[in-house]
Amino acid sequence: MRLARKLIGEGSFFAAVFVLVTFAAFPFYWMLLTTFKTDGDLYNLKSNPYWFNAAPTLEHIKYLFEETLFVQWIFNTALIGVCVVLITLVVALPAGYSLARMPGRTAESLGIGIFLTYLVPPTLLFLPLSRVVSLLGLQDSLWSLVLVYPTFTIPFCTWLFMGFFKSVPREIEEAAIVDGCTVMGAFVKTVLPLSVPGILTVVIFAFTLTMQEFVYALTFISSSDEKPVTLGVATDLIRGDIFYWGELMGAALIASVPVAIAYNLFLDRFIAGITGGAVKG
Amino acid sequence: MTAIAEFAPRARHRFLFDRAEVLGPLFIAPAILYVFALVALPFFLAIYYSISAFTIFDPSYRFVGAKNFLDVMQSDVFRRTLANTFIFTIGAQIIGLLLGKFAAMLLMKEFPGRGLARALVVLPWAVPVSLATLAWQWMFDSLYSVINWTLIAVGLVDAAHPPQWLGQQDLAMIAVTVVHAWRLFPFGVVIFIAGFTSVPKDILDAATVDGAGFWRRNYQIILPIIMPIVVIGLIFGTVFTFTDLSVVYLLTRGGPINATQVLGSLGFQVGILSGDVAHGAVICLFLFPFLLLVVIFMLRALRRREI
Repeated sequence: MRLARKLIGEGSFFAAVFVLVTFAAFPFYWMLLTTFKTDGDLYNLKSNPYWFNAAPTLEHIKYLFEETLFVQWIFNTALIGVCVVLITLVVALPAGYSLARMPGRTAESLGIGIFLTYLVPPTLLFLPLSRVVSLLGLQDSLWSLVLVYPTFTIPFCTWLFMGFFKSVPREIEEAAIVDGCTVMGAFVKTVLPLSVPGILTVVIFAFTLTMQEFVYALTFISSSDEKPVTLGVATDLIRGDIFYWGELMGAALIASVPVAIAYNLFLDRFIAGITGGAVKG
Repeated sequence: MTAIAEFAPRARHRFLFDRAEVLGPLFIAPAILYVFALVALPFFLAIYYSISAFTIFDPSYRFVGAKNFLDVMQSDVFRRTLANTFIFTIGAQIIGLLLGKFAAMLLMKEFPGRGLARALVVLPWAVPVSLATLAWQWMFDSLYSVINWTLIAVGLVDAAHPPQWLGQQDLAMIAVTVVHAWRLFPFGVVIFIAGFTSVPKDILDAATVDGAGFWRRNYQIILPIIMPIVVIGLIFGTVFTFTDLSVVYLLTRGGPINATQVLGSLGFQVGILSGDVAHGAVICLFLFPFLLLVVIFMLRALRRREI
């Protein structure tokens, strides 16, 4: 009796886990399957869609790399990402340090104020920003995204940096100052080397946040060769009303994998950043 | 004396870098300027557009007062959009939170393959929204939908009239909401896991010894402890959903016949695609009172954290 109950308990537990994982991951399994199916296999209502009915093919991937702008889009995304990360580091690193070390309540209010701007959504700003972008002559250029993306990476990363720098003991800088460093020198020589893990986290997050953005890209850019991969795939692989699902899913899969891995590795820090230590350990 | 004279230039340079009260503001100024120039100013620009007759075809400024607001509020499409936005937000939040809590409780247990299960569950949140939504669009395909194939195979649906997930008004709304909930629930999972791991074990043990059962432990002990973190998660989730336009735009473009239109997608359609910047700005500004409320809640949640 006891054993039977235990088995039923275990069974339903794993069944529940299976259902959840399927719900979460099925679209990605679907991407994978579609990418490698032949067109004859894809567009056939009679065959079982859950597995290959004809030998898998690389034809969609080949088409994607040879006949479309996919490689260009990936390059654009990488270029935008690198530039945005650099701007974010240059602006957010000192700001986070300053907020962590500034005495009194002003620093706290400023910190919360900057964090709240992370809550201002692209939906509220895309219209006026599209005008600003065209006034600056950046319409249809990926540089418009390099300019605008830091508006959400800077607030979030400043907040993350503030947390990191607060965890670096002030005594270390004080010791360096006593030994003859300037305040600036103490920051560069003692605090920065200690915060390399923090900087790395920020780099990853600024990059993934940039990769996930869609609204600004959709609003500002209409030339195919200036698009980042998330926009190009969603808008340019569809000709007329015809969806090339093999190519579409292949492109989505290839562009998703790196982001998914990076996110999983740094997930805990992301949550710590968002909740700002809302729960004391 | 000579030694001091020699070091004089260096001393001045040290003087600047040694004053924390100079360095502090200097360090934070770029961040504030950037946010001011590209968040605050555009926001005021949006207000400016909303009370003008500005379109991309006639970009001259003409003050029209509250006319645009009245136009928008009197339109049936807008009323429908506003209602949709709330249904979309509340529906996705409820599904997302329930699934998130359930999944987090499952993933708190030790079992073989837990790491992999967690990594897979997080996928919908991690992958760029436009790419993940494409997969759903393909799954909802009017002809080759895998969902319909399965329903037909099981015998739940008549093969001659399969449901058109993105083509029927009520189904499209359900589809859009479910896809967003799917995207959101992993966020709920990690929020709840972060909460659960922060509950001190000895409190739970003490409660169990005192005779608290499963439900009592869950709702009278764990929930109050993890409440602050859940509230912050909920605030983020609500903002992301309420202001989202990607899922709706990619799946249905707001159709069929505006049945799935939300504030974001309508603002995009009017302001960018039709070029009527003034009315588009008005539609998007309707997000603002809601965001203001959220910010107030957020501030209270953060303040509670300090105590």
